[in-house]
Amino acid sequence: MPPLIEVRGLRYCYEDGTRALNGVDFRLERGETVALFGANGSGKTTFVLHLNGLLAGEGSVQVCGLPVNRRNMPEIRRKIGLVFQDSESQLFMPTVLEDVAFGPLNSGMSREGAVARAHAALQTVGMSAAAAKAPYHLSAGEKKRVAIAGILAMDPEILVLDEPTTSLDPPGQGALAELLVRLPQPKILATHDVPFARALCDRAVFFQGGVIAAQGPVEDIVLRFGWELAPERSKLQR
Amino acid sequence: MHHVVLERWSQGASVMHRRDPRAKIAALMVFLVVLATAHRSLPAFGLALLLLLSAALIWARLPLFSALARAAIVLPFSLVFAAVCWLSGDPGRGFALLLKSYLSALAVLLVVATTPFPALLRGLEMSGAPRFLLMVAQFLYRYLFVISEEAQHMTKAAASRGATVRGFMAGARFRAAAGALAVLFARSYGRAEDIHRSMRARGFLGRFQPFTALRFRGGDAVFTLFASLAPVLLRAAVERGV
Amino acid sequence: MHIPDGFLSTPVWATMDVAAAPAVGYIVRRAQRGFDDSRVPLLGVMGAFVFAAQMINFPVGIGTTSHLVGGALLAYTLGPAAASVVMCAIIAIQALVFQDGGILAMGANLINMALVGVLAGYLPFYLWGGGRWRKLAIFAGGAFSLLASAVLALAELLVSGVPMPASVLGVSLALFMVSALLEGAITLAVIQALETIQPGFVRKPETGRSFALGAIGLAAVLLAAVGVLAASTAPDGIEKLGLQTGIASHVRSLVTTPLTGYQVAFFQAGWLRKASAGLAGLALIYGACLLIGRAVARKRSA
Repeated sequence: MPPLIEVRGLRYCYEDGTRALNGVDFRLERGETVALFGANGSGKTTFVLHLNGLLAGEGSVQVCGLPVNRRNMPEIRRKIGLVFQDSESQLFMPTVLEDVAFGPLNSGMSREGAVARAHAALQTVGMSAAAAKAPYHLSAGEKKRVAIAGILAMDPEILVLDEPTTSLDPPGQGALAELLVRLPQPKILATHDVPFARALCDRAVFFQGGVIAAQGPVEDIVLRFGWELAPERSKLQR
Repeated sequence: MHHVVLERWSQGASVMHRRDPRAKIAALMVFLVVLATAHRSLPAFGLALLLLLSAALIWARLPLFSALARAAIVLPFSLVFAAVCWLSGDPGRGFALLLKSYLSALAVLLVVATTPFPALLRGLEMSGAPRFLLMVAQFLYRYLFVISEEAQHMTKAAASRGATVRGFMAGARFRAAAGALAVLFARSYGRAEDIHRSMRARGFLGRFQPFTALRFRGGDAVFTLFASLAPVLLRAAVERGV
Repeated sequence: MHIPDGFLSTPVWATMDVAAAPAVGYIVRRAQRGFDDSRVPLLGVMGAFVFAAQMINFPVGIGTTSHLVGGALLAYTLGPAAASVVMCAIIAIQALVFQDGGILAMGANLINMALVGVLAGYLPFYLWGGGRWRKLAIFAGGAFSLLASAVLALAELLVSGVPMPASVLGVSLALFMVSALLEGAITLAVIQALETIQPGFVRKPETGRSFALGAIGLAAVLLAAVGVLAASTAPDGIEKLGLQTGIASHVRSLVTTPLTGYQVAFFQAGWLRKASAGLAGLALIYGACLLIGRAVARKRSA
């Protein structure tokens, strides 16, 4: 079975010359949930933006057997459901329903079909009651769920979430984890939230200096790179 | 915040709320033109229109006195000019300024308070306004409060760092305010790029598809007819000396 | 200055609405740059920025503050057509959502602030923003954008017959001057701060523009604006003079505009004279801006 995502030798430079990715190799198999760890600026988000062609670097990126290029772009962007870190910029339409219907409408569906898909997606994430609301009035957790609904409405094969627990309070993080666990699609989670990754992910990869320095079970990576974030009072020097 | 209250009011379910936006826009235009071109018996006409609008507000199940108070936002500006008119020996014109500006604002408030903003924009689009401009207005409205909040945070942060020093420090504070604006500009620009990226990620091919469906029904035609006739008949009645 | 409904006389607001419609349509097509909506989020968000920016207070000594209006700033960063469209959206939302500015008067407000204001702000920058006089050009642009829109608004009010004794007129113009200078200063300060953060934000007009063309263009716009103002006030002035010599002992210096009765008697001739003079002046400004705009566009595509 070919991998769902196959990245080989991905390189990317920003306009100002900084090398963000320096030869990244990555595979996503069916049914997996993978965590992307790494310091700020290590290339996690840049990598993620290559998966649906928002950025184009050197090397090869294949999604479900299709190379990521201009011709395949509409198909790729339907297959990869990308949930951005900032929900406020992701929910840009005037109402929740209109925003969730945005994806289906763009893929040529009729208005009625798109609305039906949107309602179904909102039900999956438990936000049906908010359909007529303006996104501005939702809490951070609710916005994140609506953003996920907007992606689910496109019937994606793979979910990619960039720092999904940003600005979520602990109950919000728990609710998000519960939702993600129920969704059948394989997932990539770029995250700093180690407990969250532990709960959801089968394996982790560690970004360092624009490459993937190591990969393996979540716990192994955490231990190897000292990636435990919760400071312990007894261990803190005064 | 004013527009938050307006949003709440516009989510109502009265008969007026359910009317097609185009019907309300048409009736509003008739009202405004009839008012703007009126020159005789203004006190009586003004009172009649005030009663008409108040009745409409009650019919729309909106809080009457709140709405009357909100429309009064035009009054400070008009009062200045009215005072100048009065001092220049033309109190009639001053009174006309106050009356017309207030009633016009109240009429606009009535329409906007009974029509959700996306529906209003769609009604304007179907009435011939440029689509691109209306989409810009839609996005502006969506992010108005978001960016205003960011600006508020910045001013509070600056204030808590002692930006209330007066006098000779004005130059430095001026530059600090300019710096704050520049940062807000950059952040807003970055946000626009994030939005565009997020649009492309969901398959945006360059054109927004229409979403809000409007259907002009018999009830809307009836409403347009009666709502347009009302100010015209009132003016005729008042000017013929009822 | 946002003119509410009820201030402008019917010929004025109607003419401005008729003039604004094609002008707005034209500027929207220019800003759109093609048939797609890709620029919508940027223009919308920057419109929200301008709204929010008006909350940030700039201290100007003696306990007063001022705030940015923004037309020139938008023109220097997004380009004049996009800046105009953003200002149009702002004016529309201010009128609809905040009842700041009228609906029938929207044509006038759009022309004053979104069209003439932005163009007057962009011209100095376009002409001299690439060379040694860059800072002055930016300052002048900010000042002119505010001055042009305020003067036009004032002219429209005068032509509509809103009385403005010489003292009030003088105070208004003085306030406009001060606001214009402040807008220039704030715009310059923000542009300089922006260039520190990211130079790419601010446009770089070509150097070596014809000084003569620029000077003539600006002089035309300024003369037209002053001309409109003079035309609007001249009839009042003449009548004022007549009244004072006739009933000098009863007229206090403040009460100088025609009394109601006097106005009724001279209704036909006076109104027509005022209106045609004023409207001719407005047409002159509009024409000047249109011609300058065309010349600018031709130079750009050359």
